[in-house]
Amino acid sequence: MSSEQKELTQTPLLKIWVPWMSNSLSQRRGSSRPQFTNCPTMIVMVGLPARGKTYISKKLTRYLNWIGVTTQVFNLGQYRREVVQTYKNYEFFRPDNEEAMKIRRACASSALKDIANYFDKEQGQVAVFDATNTTRDRRGVIISFAKEKGYKVFFIESICDDPEIIEANIMQVKLSSPDYENYDKEEALVDFLNRIDCYKMSYVSLDEEKDRHLSFIKIFNVGSRYLVNRVQDHIQSRIVYYLMNIHVTPRSIYLSRHGESELNLLGRIGGDSGLSSQGQKYARALSEFIRGQSIKDLKVWTSHMRRTIQTAEALGVPYEQWKALNEIDAGVCEEMTYEEIQATHPEEFALRDQDKYRYRYPKGESYEDLVHRLEPVIMELERQENVLVICHQAVMRCLLAYFLDKSADDLPYLKCPLHTVLKLTPLAYGCKVESFYLNVQAVNTHRDKPNNVNIARKPEEALRTVPEHL
Amino acid sequence: MSSTEDIIMAIPRELTQNPLRKIWMPCKNGLPEKHISQKRVCMTNCPTLIVTVGLPARGKTYISKKLTRYLNWIGVPTKEFNVGQYRRECVKIYKSFEFFRPDNEEGLKIRKHCALAALNDVRQYLSVEGGQVAVFDATNTTRERRATIMRFAEQNGYKVFFVESLCEDPKVIAENIVQVKLGSPDYTDCNTEEAIQDFMKRIKCYENSYQPLDENLDRELSYIKIMDVGQRYLVNRVLDHIQSRIVYYLMNIHITPRSIYLCRHGESDLNVRGRIGGDSGLSPRGKEFAQGLGRFIQDQNIKDLKVWTSQMKRTIQTAEALGVPYEQWKALNEIDAGVCEEMMYEEIQEHFPLEFALRDQDKYRYRYPKGESYEDLVQRLEPVIMELERQENVLVICHQAVMRCLLAYFLDKSAEELPYLKCPLHTVLKLTPVAYGCKVESIYLNVEAVNTHRDKPENVDISRLAEEALLTVPAHY
Repeated sequence: MSSEQKELTQTPLLKIWVPWMSNSLSQRRGSSRPQFTNCPTMIVMVGLPARGKTYISKKLTRYLNWIGVTTQVFNLGQYRREVVQTYKNYEFFRPDNEEAMKIRRACASSALKDIANYFDKEQGQVAVFDATNTTRDRRGVIISFAKEKGYKVFFIESICDDPEIIEANIMQVKLSSPDYENYDKEEALVDFLNRIDCYKMSYVSLDEEKDRHLSFIKIFNVGSRYLVNRVQDHIQSRIVYYLMNIHVTPRSIYLSRHGESELNLLGRIGGDSGLSSQGQKYARALSEFIRGQSIKDLKVWTSHMRRTIQTAEALGVPYEQWKALNEIDAGVCEEMTYEEIQATHPEEFALRDQDKYRYRYPKGESYEDLVHRLEPVIMELERQENVLVICHQAVMRCLLAYFLDKSADDLPYLKCPLHTVLKLTPLAYGCKVESFYLNVQAVNTHRDKPNNVNIARKPEEALRTVPEHL
Repeated sequence: MSSTEDIIMAIPRELTQNPLRKIWMPCKNGLPEKHISQKRVCMTNCPTLIVTVGLPARGKTYISKKLTRYLNWIGVPTKEFNVGQYRRECVKIYKSFEFFRPDNEEGLKIRKHCALAALNDVRQYLSVEGGQVAVFDATNTTRERRATIMRFAEQNGYKVFFVESLCEDPKVIAENIVQVKLGSPDYTDCNTEEAIQDFMKRIKCYENSYQPLDENLDRELSYIKIMDVGQRYLVNRVLDHIQSRIVYYLMNIHITPRSIYLCRHGESDLNVRGRIGGDSGLSPRGKEFAQGLGRFIQDQNIKDLKVWTSQMKRTIQTAEALGVPYEQWKALNEIDAGVCEEMMYEEIQEHFPLEFALRDQDKYRYRYPKGESYEDLVQRLEPVIMELERQENVLVICHQAVMRCLLAYFLDKSAEELPYLKCPLHTVLKLTPVAYGCKVESIYLNVEAVNTHRDKPENVDISRLAEEALLTVPAHY
């Protein structure tokens, strides 16, 4: 069987080679996206209240979206709050409360319907069903539903019997829940503990024997032990790896760019130049700042580029160089000014403004490529505790987007100015951000998206948002 | 005045770029200073001892060898120490399973002695020779034996990570025995029936005293229990990065029979002109190869074959000729030759004679200016290897340097050998896991192509003459 060899053409935005087809709607054989899974996956949380299910759901969803797997959380508690406008007390959760049981079952059905809609109509790839799902019955319903629709199911069960951890959980995230707006702290704690008791009687954990045909991970005591059963495919394997690397030990991550560089001053992108005198000043200021923070066991990471290493050298502490932290490769545009790019590659310049996340420089990279490159860095950041990452503008945007759950559209326009340290501290379900400008002047390197992104635009329209430089 | 702790308003050290690896390092008077961590990532801050646990024929040696191969490939110096081998050196001729009877005093003495000898060599490797991971491959089925090992590790400052393999499926065990035990030196003089019988009795000798790692008693230990060849895993107290990577790897490998086909794109226009890198299309002969590859793949009748290419035109053009779906991986792109992209070797010699010589001196670590090294490539390819381990039948259409890296992983080639592995155009390598290694079949698809393999020349000195540098350049148009 011979197939006629079609000519290949390179898509202008992504720089992907595809067969040239006059019918643009015909299916391409070559997929340029990694095939994480070939059918939608339902991740089903299991566990008593205050076991970190929502924490895991949100964090996992953030991670999956960041690596390009469209994921959404479906939190049953929220469905319940929409139906039962005001929460009275734990009696709602009593197993003998028939009326409440009806409502809760209805909410579950509603959530499952939304999940089906997410997969079928919205091209979602992964749905995280965040609820207690503590009975075999309830899990049976979910499994049947998934089987009927052709979805894969992966269970994540969180088991914890350490009363200190549970109480800390409750303090961190439950007391501030809409349910407890009108309670004082003490009462809320008591009520919530009663709520947990309501579930305990009927709680049936995933069983090594009875559930041996299911795919699941059981997490014991916030990660000291894991039981993993029947991982089916790539995405489940990645999920397991991620879950086994995250922790809840308090710590902070400091993100900063290198000090101002010689090329920064000239308004040129990329390259491998050294620090300007202001940049050197920043490096010294950074050293003082870090010392002032009195951080325990701080790890310092840089890229392989001169400007980040020079910056780290000023700290006088050991640091690790990561090639993966190198700035985005601008290919043929390396070391050019925006004005030069407009002059020599006006079409490329316009394409970049049209879709800055996916746009790949000729012989270079895209933000999308960068995210892929940075995934091992994120994984190691999750494992570590206190870390200072000295990197570059595009790289910092990608890392920040991961921690602050920014979309692919927002990511390339996140503000990461020179000489400013961002301190990220995990808090409740998210991340607290503190911004420290170290009071050393630097050029602005942030170019906003211009109004006109059309290929036919005039140079002035393209260059309107270019920041000043020498 | 400020105390000694405060004085260090560090005067940042000058930086110089190491000419081989293009790594920026602090220097003094123009000479590089010793730098604490230039590695891409600090895997661990003290050596790790991996200890296998399990009855005979549970895949411990298979896991030990495979894990060692993987760790070495990603740049973690690792060595395995198989106690069975020490025993064979001590007891020249194996008589029968009786040696392993728990009441055989003499046997027990010898076996204990061998374990200690192996641990001694472990200490030599980790503390003296700079090894980072040692895999202690033995049954280690009693708490007592494991306690001895842990004491040893504690004395020497090693972290311990146990890998236990549990399996009750008689089919799997029988298959194990056939695959790797019958060919063991222990059974050279036995026929198959006798060997199997003896080995089953050998297993019995261990069964009574076997104490698996216990969820309660051993809850402070770091370990992974692998159950039923990977259906289920129990992971306890992963301490650091390297243990996390080991767990991830172990959870992705499988033993389902399959084959991996490696080949390069068809001959490209730049190949024909003796130029490296670039993103050119196939030459007419390259197109012929692509057609031939399509026919070859069809004839092989491979079940559920996945096809992967890079994102470069020449591999995609090759895949298009197969008429089946394929996946493009940017990670499979050819090594980036930086400023030397699209040059001929003659031009590199002319414009960058120093670089050219450095590359010949250490082809694995050498990084092109603004480009990559083989060492960078390996790091880039690690996710590809991980996914290859998860998959079954796969055809990877890639490039010369990339194929060398992948091949080195499967065939356990060192960093010195890797950049000189022969991966000619128009030749498919079929790799099939067998016993503890990999069977390689080389299939040349009978379509002529230029040779792109440049051997290491005799003279790698910077001061060499141009002709000496170019002696081994293959012919081109």
